[in-house]
Amino acid sequence: MRALLSRDLRLAVRAGGGFGLGLAFFLIVVVLVPFGVGPETAILARIAPGILWVAALLAALLSLDRIFALDHEDGSLPLLATAPLPLEMLALAKALAHWITTGLPLVVAAPLLGILLHLPGTAMPWLLVSLALGTPALSLIGTFGAALTVGLRRGGLLLSLIVLPLYVPVLIFGAEAARRGAEGLPATTPLLLLAGIGLGCAALLPFATAAALRVTLR
Amino acid sequence: MMDLGKYAAEVISAWGLSLALLGGLVWWSLARDRKVRAELERAERDHG
Amino acid sequence: MSIWTYANPRKFLDTTAPWVPWLMWLSAAVLGVGLVWGFFFTPEAERFGSSVKIIYLHVPSALMAINAWLMMLVASLIWLIRRHHVSALAARAAAPIGMVMTLIALITGAIWGQPMWGTWWAWDPRLTSFLILFLFYLGYIALWAAIPDPDSAADLTSVLCLVGSVFAILSRYAVNFWNQGLHQGASLSLDKQENVADVFWLPLLVCMAGFVLLFVALVLLRTGTEIRARRISALRARARRGEPVRA
Repeated sequence: MRALLSRDLRLAVRAGGGFGLGLAFFLIVVVLVPFGVGPETAILARIAPGILWVAALLAALLSLDRIFALDHEDGSLPLLATAPLPLEMLALAKALAHWITTGLPLVVAAPLLGILLHLPGTAMPWLLVSLALGTPALSLIGTFGAALTVGLRRGGLLLSLIVLPLYVPVLIFGAEAARRGAEGLPATTPLLLLAGIGLGCAALLPFATAAALRVTLR
Repeated sequence: MMDLGKYAAEVISAWGLSLALLGGLVWWSLARDRKVRAELERAERDHG
Repeated sequence: MSIWTYANPRKFLDTTAPWVPWLMWLSAAVLGVGLVWGFFFTPEAERFGSSVKIIYLHVPSALMAINAWLMMLVASLIWLIRRHHVSALAARAAAPIGMVMTLIALITGAIWGQPMWGTWWAWDPRLTSFLILFLFYLGYIALWAAIPDPDSAADLTSVLCLVGSVFAILSRYAVNFWNQGLHQGASLSLDKQENVADVFWLPLLVCMAGFVLLFVALVLLRTGTEIRARRISALRARARRGEPVRA
């Protein structure tokens, strides 16, 4: 499993692997928002947690179709399936690789981009924690969606249509946690729920993902 | 039409749109069924 | 005799096809009675005025929107466990019906809320949940359409339905959490007294029965269509391969 993980990470970081793409997209969306809603500090500060969450979510979405695309294109997917590693672990490894290459950079970049949106300093740690707890869930859900649509023509659009409604609970609790933290209110409930969702996804989604992969590999 | 009072526009539009959607769904289902039945007859004649 | 004998597509068609026209007419009659009764022969409500008449379409459609998804969930499970093609096709057949029901629930809900909130859309928890349900239906239908192999499509959409159901329930709670305290007391539920009043409840019951009958009729009709469509593809595929076709 470690070999699989490191292979995916190396592939992602290489040129054309899309490593910086998610970060760049994150930056672009955050930069666009003030152009859309106006530069007024109070307004931007108010919506900053939510905007950062939505932007992170969209950036994570962008790189989902790459999760299985390379393996499918060069035909190594069936080989991976026959490897001694159970397909469920493969799914977990893929999700982890996606998180390390996309989710984690987003978490790290979020406070910096928060400065652009006048995110109050007190909100930064809350934003960090909510994203750190939420982005793994995004990767796990996204990996499931990618497994459903692997090899389909125009799979990317369909992938977004399927995955975005599934992202709603994570977004709601994550953004709420960040928002409450920004306002100085206790944010334990949404954070706990967020962590719960993440754990649930890690425990159950790999099975659904593996089932989907088996169908495609028949 | 009886007097619907100040909510007349809401009631009429809600009912109108809903019945149009329901009618559309039923019509489309029936039309598709007719088309597929005809195609099946043709396919069974040619290849059955 | 077990219900599983109807899992055979031929038997399903033979058994259900004669019933479909009867069910369609029956549902039209029941629905007609319910709607006419509700529209013309009920009084106005205290808080809502004549707009209360929207419930005769809003409540049954919302009910069917959920029930259609539940039926799809059960059908998907039956497909995954027992591999009955009729079950998979029934789920596929039910999806557009559920989607239209959700749309009707959304439109009537939004229009009904307009006098209350002064806007054509409100992020009321219930309406928002239905909007998310609508997106789930869209994704499900799109996935069916995108996969060329029918059995793979049935498998993948069934898994999506299962996972989607869990997330749909999760979303319901998340949305309630998200919008608590904003529209307290202005959500779209009738007052306890008005709900109990027979004068509103009976025609509503008839409308709900009409919607259920319509749903059953349409699902039987559309499942039959799907079975026939599959037979057409099978005939054509075998003809292309030059094999003799089993009757």
